[in-house]
Amino acid sequence: MKHRYLPMTEQDQKEMLNVIGVSTVDELFSDIPEKVRFKGNYNIKPAKSESALLKELAQLSKENANSDDYASFLGAGVYDHYKPVIVDHVISRSEFYTAYTPYQPEISQGELQAIFEFQTMIAELTGMDLANSSMYDGGTALAEAGMLAAAHTRRKKLLVSGAVHPISHDVVKTYAAGQSIEVVNVPLKDGVTDLAALQELIDADTAAVLVQYPNFYGQVENVQAIADVIHEAKGLCVVSSNPLALGILTPPGKMGADITVGDAQPFGIPESFGGPHCGYFAVTKKLMRKVPGRLIGETIDDEGRRGYVLTLQAREQHIRREKATSNICSNQALNALAAAVAMTALGKKGVQEMATQNILKTHYAKEAFEKAGFTVVFKGAHFNEIVVKCNTSVSTINKGLFEKGIIGGFDLGKVDAALENHALIAVTEQRTKEEIDALVQEMGALHA
Amino acid sequence: MHNDNQPLIFELSTEGRIGYSLSELDVPAVDLGAILPSEFIRTEEAELPEVSELDIMRHYTALSRRNHGVDSGFYPLGSCTMKYNPKINEAIARFAGFANIHPLQDEATVQGALGLMYDLQEHLIEITGMDEVTLQPAAGAHGEWTALMMIRAFHEANGDFQRTKVLVPDSAHGTNPASATVAGFDTVTVKSDENGLVDLEDLRRLVGDDTAALMLTNPNTLGLFEEHILDIAAIVHEVGGKVYYDGANLNAVMSKARPGDMGFDCVHLNLHKTFTGPHGGGGPGSGPVGVKADLIPFLPKPVLVKTEEGYHFDYERPQSIGRVKPFYGNFGINVRAYAYIRSMGPDGLKTVTENAVINANYMMRRLEPYFDLPYNRHCKHEFVLSGSRQKKLGARTLDMAKRLLDFGYHPPTTYFPLNVEEGLMIEPTETESKETLDAFCDAMIQIAKEVEETPEVVQEAPHTTVIGRLDETRAARNPVLRYQKETVEV
Ligand SMILES: Cc1ncc(COP(=O)(O)O)c(C=O)c1O
Repeated sequence: MKHRYLPMTEQDQKEMLNVIGVSTVDELFSDIPEKVRFKGNYNIKPAKSESALLKELAQLSKENANSDDYASFLGAGVYDHYKPVIVDHVISRSEFYTAYTPYQPEISQGELQAIFEFQTMIAELTGMDLANSSMYDGGTALAEAGMLAAAHTRRKKLLVSGAVHPISHDVVKTYAAGQSIEVVNVPLKDGVTDLAALQELIDADTAAVLVQYPNFYGQVENVQAIADVIHEAKGLCVVSSNPLALGILTPPGKMGADITVGDAQPFGIPESFGGPHCGYFAVTKKLMRKVPGRLIGETIDDEGRRGYVLTLQAREQHIRREKATSNICSNQALNALAAAVAMTALGKKGVQEMATQNILKTHYAKEAFEKAGFTVVFKGAHFNEIVVKCNTSVSTINKGLFEKGIIGGFDLGKVDAALENHALIAVTEQRTKEEIDALVQEMGALHA
Repeated sequence: MHNDNQPLIFELSTEGRIGYSLSELDVPAVDLGAILPSEFIRTEEAELPEVSELDIMRHYTALSRRNHGVDSGFYPLGSCTMKYNPKINEAIARFAGFANIHPLQDEATVQGALGLMYDLQEHLIEITGMDEVTLQPAAGAHGEWTALMMIRAFHEANGDFQRTKVLVPDSAHGTNPASATVAGFDTVTVKSDENGLVDLEDLRRLVGDDTAALMLTNPNTLGLFEEHILDIAAIVHEVGGKVYYDGANLNAVMSKARPGDMGFDCVHLNLHKTFTGPHGGGGPGSGPVGVKADLIPFLPKPVLVKTEEGYHFDYERPQSIGRVKPFYGNFGINVRAYAYIRSMGPDGLKTVTENAVINANYMMRRLEPYFDLPYNRHCKHEFVLSGSRQKKLGARTLDMAKRLLDFGYHPPTTYFPLNVEEGLMIEPTETESKETLDAFCDAMIQIAKEVEETPEVVQEAPHTTVIGRLDETRAARNPVLRYQKETVEV
């Protein structure tokens, strides 16, 4: 069969089989036992031409409501943010996207240097000593942080704040089950981790406390106070953090975090129905040799020129096999590149301006909701999310909003029965004052 | 490639420049101090660069010119299936209705995405011969761990708590034993026999009522098909263990043999290999897992189901191992894989495998006179040469790999699998033309001659790259993992 991806002609095939010394292709598969040989063709859809497939899938994509066409107030870990156009141009350079892991540094300096820069930017934002080259996503990064803490402290219990994203919380539990690590939920008070309850729960077997900053409900946790408490018991403080918020918020590294993880999706990475995004993993120097995944380091070549290589590989699966610090191999390199380009474009001032706009627009929404008679629960400091109490079910409200071109907030009743009829509203810099006003007005109308 | 050293983006930064464009704030500019307590407000700015948009584009363009991808040239990196990454896939994944949709949107508003995922699952079920597929794992290693967690849950549901061991052949990829550890198992290594296949005697000796599973790559990392596959599966099943198929190498067997028909209980696929997800410089990937019926109850949550009202996620899965990843997998990569499968169709996928196998065998036979070939039989999608003959003459496999850089090639995988001395693992893939394979073979043959006649040319390679051999010991001994602005001592 002829196909634009398959260059072998009949003539080529004849010549090649001749060199191999067989007369038919089938002979090359003669080592597959007759009993298990698959006969015939897969029962799958027939091939489509380039334009027919484009057309079909363009049509299919239109069956999805997207955040270009709708004003989205849905966040809960994935956000509609400003994506500098330049990001997609850079990651579309196929020297980057068609390369494998940079195992041959002499012809991979571009990738290595770009990710070294990514590591630096994440370290700068989080205030940590160093960061790795990426993890799958924020949720698995948090789980791996918990595993690292347990291995490092040789303790078997993780305390997870009730204000950690419930989905990440679930991922932590799955990983912990594999390692026979106990996961205990820390209750909340006023939408933030209850310090007194935390203190009660910490014991000699507590490896770490895992908190989110800003937390799932948009509230800014007092990481320093949590770190002080867990450090007293010689456990680690693990913080999951939206890196955009760190444009304005005091970085976890300055508040006692031992490990800071999160997802760089807010930096130039599309929502993409939840993936691929880009987990990051940053630590203090003392945990450097326990970090999962790839690290890129600076060195010199035989003529003294500066260059970059994969380093400290004695932690990794291809060297250490069953004794590796993690099983991760492929990570999210291209999205780390995307995030690096976005962080570069925003730069020192842009991250602050964008983070500030998120806070101020959310603040504006909060006041508008209150003026319209809604209760905004949890009174602490917020970043770009607030919890709004409604009179009716959030799913009913969201259906009404959708009719008006708005994607409403996350229905918190789905994760916490006590928060039925509460919506988690995210307001990013993308939302205009008119859109916020419209949201409040429509919700007011639906809620009445 | 570009020859000037490229400064770090931080070194190109100049105070006062910007590379972004945000809309002006259209809500009141309340003082942040009135919203956030002062201890939460950052006092030191993060040292991100300050550069203009053109500066950024030039920087990354310069970096891209210091990088080699499949589009730059031949990339016969064994076990990585560096085939062409179709451009239509990139276009489709960027459709707003795929790229800009939120995972927590009402299911009714994302039926197109769910339909695509469901149909991809159906296609992968047929391709693997399994009963059900989950698209959630983010990469191969993540798929391995997900499947092992399911196996663990299966045994525990049967009250079988003593199954603590996972058997892994010595030729297996490093992620196999590492995933077993993360899933809480002890790894037991199974030897290879003189044909490079699983040593059945050793396997018989090692299995028992403590066996949770055997992890097998087929074709194995030597590129050889495990002929005794049914015996292997039977030996493990007899003692109550499960057999796991590392399907990273599916490019060699599509339409020829299916894991589900070979007696396997579960399989992971690397959609970023056989199914053209671009490697992206190391990711993102996608590592779906297929399972047989008795493992279905343990699939990670949520499970995508089709009902009369449409597609929806089922969370009521009491025996599920739980969530393995936020949301539903690397959707964007799954879209690309789906576009690829739909571009190829059944005839296309069969030809892919046939041509990949012909290409590998052809190269193996062309190179055989010049290098040692430890396992001399038909290979599948890849083959492993040994550089031991050249090593005796003073040039190691590492040197030959570096010399290939001077010819504009990405070298093969080296020193893997571990059971071949000075291994060179070559995987051409089906998307390369005979001319390309011939040119590469000519280069390899020339290098073999150089080793005999002018070994220093090989030992001192590369000669033409933007940078020479890098001091990895120095990098590890004194790790510099980030840029730090020089601080002026006061
Ligand atoms: C045989 C085999 N198994 C597993 C893996 C791991 O896959 P990933 O890098 O996607 O985690 C690879 C890829 O490197 C592989 O070649």
